[in-house]
Amino acid sequence: MGVAPAATPPLAGFRPETREFMAQIVSRYPTRRAGLLPLLSLAQEEHGYLTVEAMEQIAAFLGLSPTEVYETASFYTLLHFRPIGEHLVQVCTNLSCALLGARPVVEHLKQRLGVREGETTADGLFTLETVECIAACGGAPALQVNGRYYERMTPSAADALLDRLAGER
Amino acid sequence: MSAPAYEKVILRNLQDPGYRGTLAEYRARGGYSGLPKALQLQPQEVIDLVKQSGLRGRGGAGFPTGLKWDFVPKDLALTKYVAINGDEGEPGTFKDRQLLEQEPHPIIEGTVITAYAIGAHVAYIYVRGEFVEGAKVFQRALEEAYAAGFLGKNILGSGFDLDFYMHRGAGAYICGEETGLLESLEGKRGQPRLKPPFPAVKGLFGKPTVVNNVETVSNLPPILVGGPEWYAGIGVPPKNTGTRIFSISGHVERPGNYELPLGLPLRELIFEHAGGIRGGRQLKAVIPGGASSPIFTPAHLDVKMDFDSVAAAGSMAGSGGVVVMDETTCLVRVARVIAHFFAHESCGQCTQCREGTAWLHKMLTRIDEGKGRPEDLEVILDVCDNMKGKTICVLSDAAAMPIESYIKHFRDDFEHHIRGGACPTGMA
Ligand SMILES: Cc1cc2nc3c(=O)[nH]c(=O)nc-3n(C[C@H](O)[C@H](O)[C@H](O)COP(=O)(O)O)c2cc1C
Repeated sequence: MGVAPAATPPLAGFRPETREFMAQIVSRYPTRRAGLLPLLSLAQEEHGYLTVEAMEQIAAFLGLSPTEVYETASFYTLLHFRPIGEHLVQVCTNLSCALLGARPVVEHLKQRLGVREGETTADGLFTLETVECIAACGGAPALQVNGRYYERMTPSAADALLDRLAGER
Repeated sequence: MSAPAYEKVILRNLQDPGYRGTLAEYRARGGYSGLPKALQLQPQEVIDLVKQSGLRGRGGAGFPTGLKWDFVPKDLALTKYVAINGDEGEPGTFKDRQLLEQEPHPIIEGTVITAYAIGAHVAYIYVRGEFVEGAKVFQRALEEAYAAGFLGKNILGSGFDLDFYMHRGAGAYICGEETGLLESLEGKRGQPRLKPPFPAVKGLFGKPTVVNNVETVSNLPPILVGGPEWYAGIGVPPKNTGTRIFSISGHVERPGNYELPLGLPLRELIFEHAGGIRGGRQLKAVIPGGASSPIFTPAHLDVKMDFDSVAAAGSMAGSGGVVVMDETTCLVRVARVIAHFFAHESCGQCTQCREGTAWLHKMLTRIDEGKGRPEDLEVILDVCDNMKGKTICVLSDAAAMPIESYIKHFRDDFEHHIRGGACPTGMA
């Protein structure tokens, strides 16, 4: 057998295990495109956000144009196109949480972190977002940090949580 | 006084302290004994049995489950799919998350029964992206089920094969709408499709597809075990049978998920099961079936909480999310929050919805901030009117109808804001 041509292998920017998992995921569907969202989520897990290179590589791997990938990805609020903080704080401001004091929690967090909604602190530790219902209305007001739920929030409970997360570093 | 107790169908096992929903625990309580019963029947017999049970979808529309399955072409040579809806995003609803995190195996067992009935060999569950823990638990449950032979090739020696994969969402309420879900599963923006064709005829990857909610299919194993007559005897036969999980939240003493037979009075849900209004305050308003459902007032407390009674009273049973509001609540603020939600979640493909939700949000924000104009309410109602029955999916209607209902029942709150410029309740 001859030497393989020196082309970049597909998905070169990902760890070998990720690459393998991506291929396995694509095999679950009758079309390659159906693997797009799971692959984008994996890419984000690995790099923290969706880099242009990652989207281009996934596009090539799935036989899509980079524009198709970006156009699809931009529909989804959990996908990020810029680096975000180490801790993504997502405060629910939908109805049940609003009824039980979500607004004061958000205002307090904005003050404490010195950011507006959607922004990241200068030290890269926290990104603050307000989000729609996260299905934790029974424990309202609720928030998520990197997907983990924290319920019955008050400004002081949120303070204690942030202190703890900042200390974990 | 303790609240009246009723037989539970779906959350039965979760009453045991320490129950964690593993395969072993589920089996020790009779789990996976509905599936072999289904596999001994002909697929059509399973469909007929589910029809007899009266089961209706718990995802929002309350469509009869067996009837939906029966719409799928019977041609054996056709590829078919099952798509389980675990995208739970309807504000006020938090039951599917509990099922995914704590009782995943009935979802799997119910999905196999569904797939067998319609002749599908591949199923997907669309799990909301935010449900990190739910996805972890569900993936583990899938692996357990494969290892035990409840998924994969030749399930329980029946010759029936099914692969079941989890597909995670990435943040978009509209992907809970069944055709938005299918688009998203195909790797596209979650923009709903024009119906007909309905998914049962042309769904995922263009093939006949049944879309069912997580809670809906969790009912199937007990229906197979207990028989359709037993199930149909719960609730209000023949059209509103069984139990459902009511997610009760807001200003109540004991918010939480309550599995109750269909047809109990709203009063009992709020005042007995959820412990009444917090701090002994007065009830002002209730959303009976998630944010998309028109609002109820204390005058509706005797409405029976089943699909048809809630509809007859002018709202909809929807997703079972009951949001309770006491006298300190300002309906202008509620309207603003709800309008913000729908404006944020409109997928943007239909003009009436994209523009209508944005305008509702702008105008309600203006009123909430004390800058409302006397003509605003009529303009809002006119916008709402133009949003109904004109779009590809019903998100637009779901945005308009609640707002109309708030103005209808609580016009004083809105007029006070517009006249006086401030909120009488001082809601934070
Ligand atoms: C805007 C919109 C959002 C929806 N979101 C959900 C959802 O999150 N989960 C769900 O099960 N059904 C949702 N539905 C209902 C689905 O379209 C569909 O009726 C349901 O999944 C069918 O399952 P069922 O018959 O078992 O209820 C939504 C509908 C609309 C119009």
